[in-house]
Order: sequence, then structure tokens, then C-alpha cells
Amino acid sequence: MAALMIVPIILASLDNVGKKNIAVIDETNWFLGRFENADNMQFHYVFESVDSVKSQVLNGKYDLLLYVPQPTLNVPVNAEIYSNRQIPMTTASYISNTMSKEVETKKLLASGIDPNIIKSAKTAINLVTFRLDEDGASKKSFTAVNVALGLVSSILIYFFIFIFGSQVMRGVIEEKTSRIVEVIVSSVRPFELMLGKITGIALVGLTQFLLWVILTAGIYGLFTLFYNPAQIPEAQMNAGAMMQQTNPVMDGMNQEAVLKVFEVVEAINFKVIILSFLFYFIGGYLLYAALFAAIGSAVDSEADTQQFMLPVSLPLILGLVISNFIVNNPDGALAFWLSIIPFTSPVVMMVRIPFGVPYDELILSMSLLIVGFLFTTWFAGKIYRTGILMYGKKVTYRELWKWMKY
Amino acid sequence: MRTFLSVNEVTKKYANHLAINNLSLQVPENSIYGLLGPNGAGKTSLIRIINQITAPDKGSILLNGEVLSPEHISRIGYLPEERGLYKKMKVGEQALYLARLKGMPKNIARQKLLYWFEKFEIENWWNRKVEELSKGMQQKIQFIVTILHQPELLIFDEPFSGFDPINVNLLKEEILKLREQGATIIFSTHNMASVEELCDHIALINNGNKILEGTVNEIREAHRTHTFECEIKQPVDSIKQDLEQLSVTLNKFVRKADNSVRITITSDAESSGNQLIKKLLPLGELSDFKELLPSMNDIFIAQVSATNIKTDSHE
Repeated sequence: MAALMIVPIILASLDNVGKKNIAVIDETNWFLGRFENADNMQFHYVFESVDSVKSQVLNGKYDLLLYVPQPTLNVPVNAEIYSNRQIPMTTASYISNTMSKEVETKKLLASGIDPNIIKSAKTAINLVTFRLDEDGASKKSFTAVNVALGLVSSILIYFFIFIFGSQVMRGVIEEKTSRIVEVIVSSVRPFELMLGKITGIALVGLTQFLLWVILTAGIYGLFTLFYNPAQIPEAQMNAGAMMQQTNPVMDGMNQEAVLKVFEVVEAINFKVIILSFLFYFIGGYLLYAALFAAIGSAVDSEADTQQFMLPVSLPLILGLVISNFIVNNPDGALAFWLSIIPFTSPVVMMVRIPFGVPYDELILSMSLLIVGFLFTTWFAGKIYRTGILMYGKKVTYRELWKWMKY
Repeated sequence: MRTFLSVNEVTKKYANHLAINNLSLQVPENSIYGLLGPNGAGKTSLIRIINQITAPDKGSILLNGEVLSPEHISRIGYLPEERGLYKKMKVGEQALYLARLKGMPKNIARQKLLYWFEKFEIENWWNRKVEELSKGMQQKIQFIVTILHQPELLIFDEPFSGFDPINVNLLKEEILKLREQGATIIFSTHNMASVEELCDHIALINNGNKILEGTVNEIREAHRTHTFECEIKQPVDSIKQDLEQLSVTLNKFVRKADNSVRITITSDAESSGNQLIKKLLPLGELSDFKELLPSMNDIFIAQVSATNIKTDSHE
């Protein structure tokens, strides 16, 4: 995980060697001197023919040619870039941004408006959201952050349930196919064997998760200590360009960034989020692991699991897909019901929690989840007990129903 | 003969299939008891009930006079027919785990395992993964784990399948030793030769019903076909005539070098062996005489076919 975050930055910085020499042929003369040189870009204003500069690009004297032809109308809106290699997005966007700014300024001047007036008129509005508590107290909340937290944690729970649930299933199938199950079952009851397996893998999962969190935080922390990201303009520009596209809120915050970050962090109710995450992670896992164990016991090989996997994983998938809509309406009816029903609640409730959920709803959801996994464990136990000693039969739902009654 | 395990009117039904039908058996203490029957007869179902893997619908099982309960698990050793081990686990570690499942403390289990591993000459494999072992070696390990906790009752389901002749012998010796040490052994197999070698008592099951029960000798004698084999110094043709007069059927003859003939004959039910000898003596010099008791194999085939015909005619 740490590698996922660090490697792209390192790769981007490595790529940063080499300045791009950009030849500019401006037939309009509007943009002379307007492009600013930077660490990775050097603009050269040339007055040769297009073809001769093109060949200079080919033989390496220049990396790019920016050609602004004489416009058919008054205002230049078209330009062409020639290069023998792919043009970086950031360079292209810098050029087009600069050009459009220039054209806008000139248009304003031509209409008699001083561009400086426009500039000083631009204001970044600082929108702060407060959430009213039942006691009437208000707490700051940041929508964007909550959305991110909610989605990320629900995706994590979704993946963990699948990964560890599948491990349970595979373990059951392995015991069945290696035939060791009969020896074990002469010493312990099948139900105990199933529970032991589910618990064991749960502990493995928790340990892995904790290690993952600790290592990621540790490595990333060390990395930022030694390797100052500020030295990498390309990476920052990438980050900045991305952020500008997805998050207009961040635009006006650059100056007070540090203070803001602290405010944001303080506004997040970490205790509730982390505790809920752990609870829904474990609860959701227990609920689904039992079902996965049942599926494993009913089949003879992993290939046969497909027909049962779909109905079992459907609520989870549904929950995740609908989460995207729930982030926009965390208090609506759909969100409420899906966060209460134990089959979808692990995924959906986590989306709601950063926005704050009334305690009675939270308790209801948690109790139902507990009831849910007790039920699926009991149900799975019945199927497991018969399935692990049954070989060769093609299992259908009818067959499973029979096993329930044994 | 004290009964160690008694099966009392046990019935077990799976969906539409009656696996065990009102079955009762008495397994004497310290005996080697053969549980015989064709495939699908109900042997494995019964064995699973004894091991408390499944429960009977009706009837009960008593171990040494006590009703079967979970505490008996540590006093029973079970080697199933379909046997396996965790492939990726180390041999020693796995053997320890299985021994501890039966209630053995860790250090005692380890000591005993090392003893048995050396005895079977597999001590070098302690730290290897099970998947690296050959099938025969895996089976040795399974056998060791079954007997390690010195259970009073041992149940072997087709123990010899997959073993080469040397290991089959090894196993047979160990089973006999276990009996000497006081264990009661139930032994389910199709290998009739081993039944005759090892078993004192047997029970034959078919379609969930008991067809035969008793000591091997009793059963063989009960199914005697009055067939004898002897060697007489007489030409064959004259023998044939004489035997007809004695109302003895000649089944087979083999001419021997010194003018004698080896014959297999069947007499009527009334004549005992001695009476038959008296009848044969006048015919010539009798140099060999023995009764051919039916083999367990023959009895098995005869009895199972008979019961199958009966059930077929009922349907």
C-alpha cells in the first residue's frame, strides 16, 4: 500500500529530468513573452517558417512547436502543437490556460473593461458546514472529506469480506478434497470445526489489517520525512491538476491549507468511525464467512462454487453500487433501510457514519447485524455438517433444503 | 466372552435410503472383529455412528456398558477408508495436531510420535510437507496417528488399501500386537484373505441388515458343503465307480505320478469326516484327507447373492 503511494511519486520525479524546449511561432503576435519559462519548460519565440521548425523538432533542436496561425475571425482561438513524442497533459493545459487568459484579457480591454477590476472582484467563498446535534450543539463537518471517508471505508469492508470469506471457503473445500475432514470430525463436532475456521481466519485478517495500517502509515511517514515532495513540480502539478478537476472547494484554500487540514482532521469523529469500522468489518465478515463455509461444504471443487456465489454476494455488490447514491443522500429512506438490513449494512452503514448517524439507528443496525451473523452461522452449521461428508452429488437448492432438515 | 461394544437395534435413514435397518451386533472384548459387506451395505454408516459423527434415528450403542458419549472420543481410534492429510502442513506438526485433537498432551504425544516414526523408519520426514510424501508413507502416518493415544477401541476401514505387500505385513503385525495389548479392534474390509488371517469374529451386512454373525470357525463350519479332498492309490476309473456306489460326488481329480489320484469329493450331509474315511478305506491306500471348509470369500459371495435374490423377489 505504501508502495502504491510512493512509487508513482518517485517515478514522476525520475521522469522530470529534461527540460522541454518549446518553439513558438505566433502569427498573431498576441502571445509574445506571455508564456513563462519554468523548470521543465523553456519557450523560444522564433520567426522562421513552420516547415523548417517542424524539421528542427524532428532533429531534436526543439521538443515542441506551438503554432498559432492568423485567425479567420478577429480573435485567435485555434493553435496547433507539433511534437514527435506525446505531449504531457500538464504542458498542454498550461499553454491553453495561458492563451485563453490572454485572449480574455484582450477582449475585456477591447470592451473597455479593466482586467484588474475583474481580478479583484474574484472572491473565494468560504463555505463552512455545521451539523446540528440533537442537543442543539453544532459541529463542523466537511462534505468532501466525509464522502471520501465513507466510500473508502465501505470499499475496504467490501474487499475484506470477500477476501477473507473466500479463504474460509477455500479452506473448507481443501479439507473436503484432501479427505482429512473425516478424521477431524471423529474428534470434534462439525460445528466446532466450522467456527474454529471462521474465527482463525478472522484473527488472521485482523492481524493483516493492523499490520497493513501500521506499516503504510510508518513507511509513508518516513518517506515524507526524507523525500520532500515540494522538489517535484511535475508531481505537484499532476496532483494540482487532478484536484482542480474534482474538487473546486480546494481551489481557494491553498493559502490557509495547513490550518484547514487541522480543522478537517478535528472535525472527523475518529473514535466513532474507527470503532464502527471494526465492528462492521468483523460483523460483516462473520455473517458472510458462515455462508461461504456453507457453500464450500456443499461443493466438491472451487469451480462448482459459482452458482452459489452469486446470490450470496449480491447484497454486498448492491450495497457498494448504491453507496454512490447514498453519499448524496445519507439520511434518506434508501440509506436508512440498507444500513439496517444485516446483509447490506456493513457496506452501507460505513458510508453514512462520517456524516453522523443517530445513535438509536446505529444500535439498531448493530444489533440486527449480530442477530444476522448468529442466524447465518446456525444455518451454515446445518449445511456444513452434512455437506462435508457428501461427495459426488450435484447439489441444488432443493438438496440444501433437505440437509437443513436432517 | 465379554462384550465391549454393543450395537442395539440401530436404524439410520438418509432421505429415501434406509442405510441401517434395525441392526444389532456384539463385539467381544479384545477380539478382532471383521465387519464385512458389499459396497453400500451400511458399514461406513455404522462406523460413523460409532464414532459419533452422525447419530442413529433409533437404537443405541454401548461402549463397555456405557451409553456412547463425547468423552468416549479419546478412547476410540478411527482410520477411515477415505483418508487424507493437510497437504501443505509439515508432517510432524500435523501428527501432533491430530494426536492432540484426541486429547493427548503435547509433550507425551511428541515422545510417542518420535518412537513410532523411528519404528516405521520415517523419522527423517518429520519436517517435510505432507505433499512431498508418497502415498504409502502418508498412510503410515495416518495409521500411527490412529493408534497413538492407545485407544481401547480401534476401527479400521479398509486399512490395507493402497499399501504394498511389505507394508500390509507390517500393518498386520501391528494389529495383532495391538490385540495382544488389550485393544478391541473392528476391521472393515473386502480383503477376505486378511479376514481369515486376522479375524476371530465377523459380521456380514447387506442392505443395512445383518446376515451373519459369529466366530470365523463357526461360520465356516455352518456353511460347510461337505467337500473333502483326499489322495488314494487307485486308478481313476475304478475310483469313479466305487464313489458312485457310495453316493459320493466326484468333483475333481488329478492323476499323480505314482498311480495315485487326488480327488475332491462331496458327500451327503449325514456322513461326518470319520464316517467318510471308513467308507473310503476299502478303496485303496489313503495318503491324505482333509475337509475343505468354504473360504470367507465363497461364503460372502454366496450369502450376498442369496439375500439380493430375496430382496429382488420382494420388489
